[in-house]
Amino acid sequence: MIHKYRLNGYNICLDVHSGAVHILDDTAYDILDYCSENMGKDVPEKVYEELGGKYEKKEIEETYAALYELFENGQLFSPDDYEQFADMMTRAPVKSMCINISHDCNLRCEYCFAAKGDFGQGRCLMPLETAKKAIDFIIANSGTRKNLEVDFFGGEPLMNFDVVKKTVEYARGLEDKYNKKFRFTITTNGILLDDDKMEFINREMNNVVLSLDGRKEVNDRLRVTPNGKGSYDAIVPAYQKLVSQRTDKDYYIRGTFTKYNLDFTNDVLHMHSLGFDQLSIEPVVSDPKLDYSIKYEDLPVVFEEYEKLAKTIIDSRKKGDYYNFFHFMIDLDQGPCAIKRLRGCGCGNEYVAVTPQGDIYPCHQFVGNEDYKMGNLNDGTFNTDMKNMFAMSTVYTKENCRDCWAKFYCSGGCNANNFQYEGDIRKSHKTSCELEKKRLECAIMIKAALAESGDETDCDGEDCICSCL
Amino acid sequence: MENKHIKTLNQANLKQSAVKGGCGECQASCQSACKTSCTVANQKCEKKQ
Ligand code: SF4
Ligand code: SF4
Repeated sequence: MIHKYRLNGYNICLDVHSGAVHILDDTAYDILDYCSENMGKDVPEKVYEELGGKYEKKEIEETYAALYELFENGQLFSPDDYEQFADMMTRAPVKSMCINISHDCNLRCEYCFAAKGDFGQGRCLMPLETAKKAIDFIIANSGTRKNLEVDFFGGEPLMNFDVVKKTVEYARGLEDKYNKKFRFTITTNGILLDDDKMEFINREMNNVVLSLDGRKEVNDRLRVTPNGKGSYDAIVPAYQKLVSQRTDKDYYIRGTFTKYNLDFTNDVLHMHSLGFDQLSIEPVVSDPKLDYSIKYEDLPVVFEEYEKLAKTIIDSRKKGDYYNFFHFMIDLDQGPCAIKRLRGCGCGNEYVAVTPQGDIYPCHQFVGNEDYKMGNLNDGTFNTDMKNMFAMSTVYTKENCRDCWAKFYCSGGCNANNFQYEGDIRKSHKTSCELEKKRLECAIMIKAALAESGDETDCDGEDCICSCL
Repeated sequence: MENKHIKTLNQANLKQSAVKGGCGECQASCQSACKTSCTVANQKCEKKQ
């Protein structure tokens, strides 16, 4: 299977099953329509008949030969032989956990999927004892996996920061004994950040995700306090301070765009102008009936905006101005192995979420959905049948994904969104699919543009584009 | 590979990665909007090359 598209003046072809990306001239792009899984060495007659008026015979022959060479090398129409690996992870250990350390929040963001902080379950904080049991659970269920990820999430985790600190301390104390390495992440709305918390976060958290929607008017429209006041002025200086002291650990400034700011390129640029260079703005996923929702019919406008952002990023990089937009990050060479790509997030299998009450769910977005409760830390229950059901959910068991060109980059999308909006974890959520595919097209095009210009000024070591040439 | 008509951007090692892969040491990657992550394509492989 291939996916060919034109974007920003580039003719691009992704060979889905090998992962090869080709940039084609117009001749090759046109002739590609006459090639297939069964292509032969000789130019099909139809090519001469239909393209003969447009291109010289010699040029057609030469181009077809080049395409055939790619085919022979397994880089064009390469066969799909991944299904055999699809059940390789049924007995995978649990290695990542989202600890909902606080089911309470000090903001009331309009679009919050967690029902404004409490997941519809009443406001409460996780007791330290439960948090310790969560750490014990992941150690006990992680088999021989060394790297364990724990994400402090909520609600707003800083509202229960003392427990966060003690949990980290507890986990660190067990690392040597069990030969584990914890990687902690925390996601915060910034309201309660102070020097002490910043110091701790910068020391202990491998990644910190700082919520901000971009421009002040955009942020303050939806990210508000319980009495309706905007949060921008309180959080931006705190984020700037935290990031300036962060050294080499990861962080993201992350926002959500809604129908109200479909011109979100301006929000990305605004974040950058505040001194941040690790940026992420993601589309709100919500009930289409809500005012701020991005609906299927909004997609053309969003697509145009993604293209605009992609071009803006290319221009900036050419000028040596580097910032990273999370959704356009793609590593065409050293990305994750195909096994991982078959099922992506690993929710309910390698990844679980726990609540202040000790309940275990497949992931943070399933929290509160009784049908998907997997067990409880306090009574030691854990539903392995459900775990296996999630493990078996791959791009080969999701009917739309199997033949989707984006399957190895998207990995089948978000099970929780599928369930919430399509009623089945295996039915892909159409709006999300279209957005995902557009972002991928843009991400690959950015690679093409930077490769063409031979521009290496964006080299920051890790994502250096020159490494993929 | 490069010629007049086609330029290939990468080494296309997805197949190889399936044979060698699956160690599971890499980071989890939630692709929903509520956690910053998106595509798994940007995740790093933890296996020493
Ligand atoms: S979720 Fe959608 S975009 Fe992703 S692989 Fe499945 S069909 Fe493709
Ligand atoms: S199901 Fe969705 S929200 Fe849950 S971990 Fe997977 S991608 Fe993230």
